[in-house]
Amino acid sequence: MSKYLLDKFLYTVDRDPDLVERYRSDPRGTVEWWEAERANAVLNCHAGEASTWQHFEADEREALVAQDYERLFELGAHPFLTLTLFIAMFERDNKEPLEFQKAYGATLAAHFAMPYPDIAT
Amino acid sequence: MAEIVAVIASTHHPFYYRASTATGADRPPFADEWVAKIERFRETLTRARPDVLVMVGSDHFHQLWLDNMPQFLVGKAPFYDANWYNEEREFGLPRYLLQGQEDLSAHLLRQGLDAGFDLAFSNELRIDHSITCPIITLRPEADLPIVPVYTNIFAPPLPQPKRFVDLGRAIREIVESWPSEQRVAIIGTGHLSLELGGPRQFGPHGPDPEFDRKAVEWIASGDLEGCLAEVTLESLHSPGNATHGFMDFMLMMGVAGEGRKADHVDSLDLFHTMEAYFTWYPNGVPQ
Repeated sequence: MSKYLLDKFLYTVDRDPDLVERYRSDPRGTVEWWEAERANAVLNCHAGEASTWQHFEADEREALVAQDYERLFELGAHPFLTLTLFIAMFERDNKEPLEFQKAYGATLAAHFAMPYPDIAT
Repeated sequence: MAEIVAVIASTHHPFYYRASTATGADRPPFADEWVAKIERFRETLTRARPDVLVMVGSDHFHQLWLDNMPQFLVGKAPFYDANWYNEEREFGLPRYLLQGQEDLSAHLLRQGLDAGFDLAFSNELRIDHSITCPIITLRPEADLPIVPVYTNIFAPPLPQPKRFVDLGRAIREIVESWPSEQRVAIIGTGHLSLELGGPRQFGPHGPDPEFDRKAVEWIASGDLEGCLAEVTLESLHSPGNATHGFMDFMLMMGVAGEGRKADHVDSLDLFHTMEAYFTWYPNGVPQ
């Protein structure tokens, strides 16, 4: 269980315009590269001071590769981070205003009721 | 000593900027009513003639992150750059450079620490839309120095609601003890019921109109006792998964004071979330 690392992926990709595009067009390649090269980076520290123990569980990695926001919600990824990044990747495909955002809510509504999965890290 | 000339609590809706500046077919049908309400709200600050703004908000995972998360943080810097790439991308927000009021930041930190609040501080803080939305709505000239105060309503474990209220009370006392002749407005933004990234997001109204009705009543009447009797960290999950942002309103109720009725109250029912605007004048309505 590495909710923190899921959140770290969403956070670091969302704030980087190039990574947003890379994740949209090559999800598996981006997730595998990120886990190998970035997962252990301590933000604000240089590369020599990295962590050594961070990795995804298999189902977390697959949820990111599948860009499966429903599964990410179930795993306890922070919903603000997931929403923000997924809007960045998919709102552009909307045929009408808020189409993706409403579909996202409806998909979750079909499978989740209160209480929602715990997001505490 | 400094005078608190206005206490203002507001929602911070990042879509306001785009809605209010859109024209033609891009302008949403609710934009004109929204702009009219904001202009009336803005006048409540303008007439108080503030020199300095203390601004309470909550970073949305922009600079503050889970590897080093403060519960309450005061900015102490000569300047604050504002707004982030993903806020430009999603909301079309402009960038700002706001001036800081470092001596008031230092006073707030020293007195806050001595009053039992272990405040974190930042000497280089890029602020986000929780603070720039009220700049856009209330002071679009962006010409006054600020002291930003960030709270954690976002990354559990969170402080208890009462702690927000207590910090608000302390901020009120500390600003009033600032040895300065400046006129200070204290402005804070939060949410009513709100759902982000969950099943109830982007509905025709906020996710819990009944909570919103009660919340507006608590704030407008200064009913801290009633509010604290009902609101807990656990209960705030129920109106919507981002409703812990209501604790910033509770902080502002602490600033305004128990039983203090707001001098200006307004709200606007929008899709996704309800907007709400409150102004108190601690020393009477300015003439």
